Amino acid sequence: MSKKQVVGKKYAMPVLDPHERIKYFREVATGYTEELALLEAARCLQCKKPLCVEGCPVGVDIPAFIKLILARDYQGAANKIKEKNSLPAVCGRVCPQENQCEKFCVMGKKNEPVAIGRLERFVADWEFEHGEFKPEAKAPNGKKVAIVGSGPSGLTCAAELARMGYRVKIFEALHMAGGVLVYGIPEFRLPKAVVAREIENIKKLGVEIEVNSVIGKLYTIDELISDGFDAVYVATGAGLPYFMNIPGENLNGVYSANEFLTRVNLMKAYKFPEYITPIHTGRRIAVIGGGNVAMDAARTALRLGVEKSYIIYRRSEKEMPARAEEIEHAREEGVEFVLLSSPVEIKGDEDGRVKAIVCQKYELGEPDSSGRRRPVPLENSEYEIPVDTVVMAIGQGPNPLIPATTPELKTNKNGNIIADANTGKTSKPQIFAGGDVVSGAATVILAMGAGKKAAQGINQYLFGGTE
Amino acid sequence: MYEIKRKALLANNIKLFEIFAPEIARKAQAGQFVIVRQHEKAERIPLTIADFDRNQGTITIIFQEVGRSTIDLGQLKKGDYILDFVGPLGKESEISKYGRVVCIGGGVGVAPLYPIAKRLHGEGNYIVSVIGARSRGDLIWEEKMRAVSDALYITTDDGSYGEKGFVTDILKRIIGSEEIDAVIAIGPLVMMEAVSEITRPHGIKTVVSLNPIMLDGTGMCGACRVQIGQETKFACVDGPEFDGHLVDWDNAKRRAKMFLQEEKIALEVLRYNCSEGGAHACQKNK
Repeated sequence: MSKKQVVGKKYAMPVLDPHERIKYFREVATGYTEELALLEAARCLQCKKPLCVEGCPVGVDIPAFIKLILARDYQGAANKIKEKNSLPAVCGRVCPQENQCEKFCVMGKKNEPVAIGRLERFVADWEFEHGEFKPEAKAPNGKKVAIVGSGPSGLTCAAELARMGYRVKIFEALHMAGGVLVYGIPEFRLPKAVVAREIENIKKLGVEIEVNSVIGKLYTIDELISDGFDAVYVATGAGLPYFMNIPGENLNGVYSANEFLTRVNLMKAYKFPEYITPIHTGRRIAVIGGGNVAMDAARTALRLGVEKSYIIYRRSEKEMPARAEEIEHAREEGVEFVLLSSPVEIKGDEDGRVKAIVCQKYELGEPDSSGRRRPVPLENSEYEIPVDTVVMAIGQGPNPLIPATTPELKTNKNGNIIADANTGKTSKPQIFAGGDVVSGAATVILAMGAGKKAAQGINQYLFGGTE
Repeated sequence: MYEIKRKALLANNIKLFEIFAPEIARKAQAGQFVIVRQHEKAERIPLTIADFDRNQGTITIIFQEVGRSTIDLGQLKKGDYILDFVGPLGKESEISKYGRVVCIGGGVGVAPLYPIAKRLHGEGNYIVSVIGARSRGDLIWEEKMRAVSDALYITTDDGSYGEKGFVTDILKRIIGSEEIDAVIAIGPLVMMEAVSEITRPHGIKTVVSLNPIMLDGTGMCGACRVQIGQETKFACVDGPEFDGHLVDWDNAKRRAKMFLQEEKIALEVLRYNCSEGGAHACQKNK
């Protein structure tokens, strides 16, 4: 392998022109062509002890699928990924690979790592276009598992269990399956058709999905058990939006990121009035926060036609939790970053509509418990930015509905369900939990990893691991 | 898909559906609500449960055709289906033995008031009901309310039926002559606010049911936030019932107008579609 000429950089991902793409919601990154995929796949060193795999929360055999790409056996590559990952087209798009598989890639030591995520996406998209997903049928094992929530964690757990022979039923509160993949992440980053195809594949494994079912209201967890489910996996995510508790937050024109994105993504308010759910942005919008959700909201606003889209964040760009790629895309599209600033008040006009946001300036002090330098407010540094809309993207907590109706289920001080990290086991027999409802708001792939572990935990619990 | 088992026109623009949803009917309690999404392109709208029949497996919803979504919904007929029907959501009414309770319903608000009055009556409370509407043709469920009340007063703004005036006029009179232990008021925001202001100086417990703009109805978006005393609450999970004396009514009234402009556009699109220019898309019954 050493004789091969080393290509130092990743082959670039083709993207739509920033000035064009903000006119519509089409997917920004268009994906590797076959030619690019083959070139990129050739950069993989095929390490004997692949460190990349250790960086993958679901343990995909990365060198093996890349080798199959090189052999032009794309179906084989897809099958290889699917042994471990039920949502490859999603992960290839939204996983923070730079902190996971690609972070450990040996190529990355001196050069750029192999673009594992882009290759994963190429394979998944190829399969959707050319291949046919044929689930391997496993004899039913006679056990039934209920899964609460159809986001990435619930879907992954469902797929894993179905492959082991379980009868699986997912209960989803909204009218559409997918959780954050359909209500949160925008079309231009993760097309809903892609999510729908992944979910179709999971249904082909025999998984049943019942939408419009709010567990805790329609049925309690205890009722699911008494109805004959042998175990329940709670994967209800981090759906409770946080606000800042500053004056003016209940003015018209202040949205949680969840509301803003749900209106646009799930309810398709960007097609108003063909779709009847409205959204109102005005000319200028301020999104508070520095994570991926904030970037999604700021970029969505541009596509809704705002003239100014600000990201207001109290630390500097270096501390932003958003992926570098998302920050870059946002900047290219014209999002303006107002850094080292945090709102102290939102001002309204006489009709109660937002007209400005008052920010205080910050500087960075000593590192805090997260290792990031702590923002320190500067006295008498308040200033006003005129805006018509404010979106709070400062994080979400767990939805309290299930803990509130399941008294034996222990939670921590933040309301997160306490569950074993390796098995998903909770304080209540037969009940497992994982994903954001346990960890607090994290990433799609970590939620999927938890779903996978819980599937094994459930299997262990019901069959003592003999299955 | 959820079938409309029965449809009735109760008053001007006020329609009743009985929806077949046995799982929800099994669990529904007075004071709770459902989210309805009529079709693929429709909004998710919250409607308070007006009644339920566990044996028949139905939930009764009553709505006034005031905007695009309710007008569209009103076009459906018996035997038609609603795409999404979610519930029961929100907290159930706090039912206890208060003693003498005044139940006040304004307009279409009489519908969600009914199951609460019924439960309170069943618990042995003495129920004085006051129901009002703009005009005789806007009044609903007089007989049903009478059946669960020990006394019933009716008002119309124009005097075409019952007493001329507002429900609050009657409330003032009752407070002047009887000891009252609690008031439940459901109706337009201005009515609930007026009731709360009348009872406040007397320190009478006053419960109102808020119906703000909602999206998911499960606590996920915060569209329905209301200011209750010093706290911000989500009506969908913390309510819909709140202490009327703690509600920030100005804020509630403003937030109800959040999408006024868009609501007008949506209505205009409907009107255009129903005009001769766009008759092809009209769903109106001919």
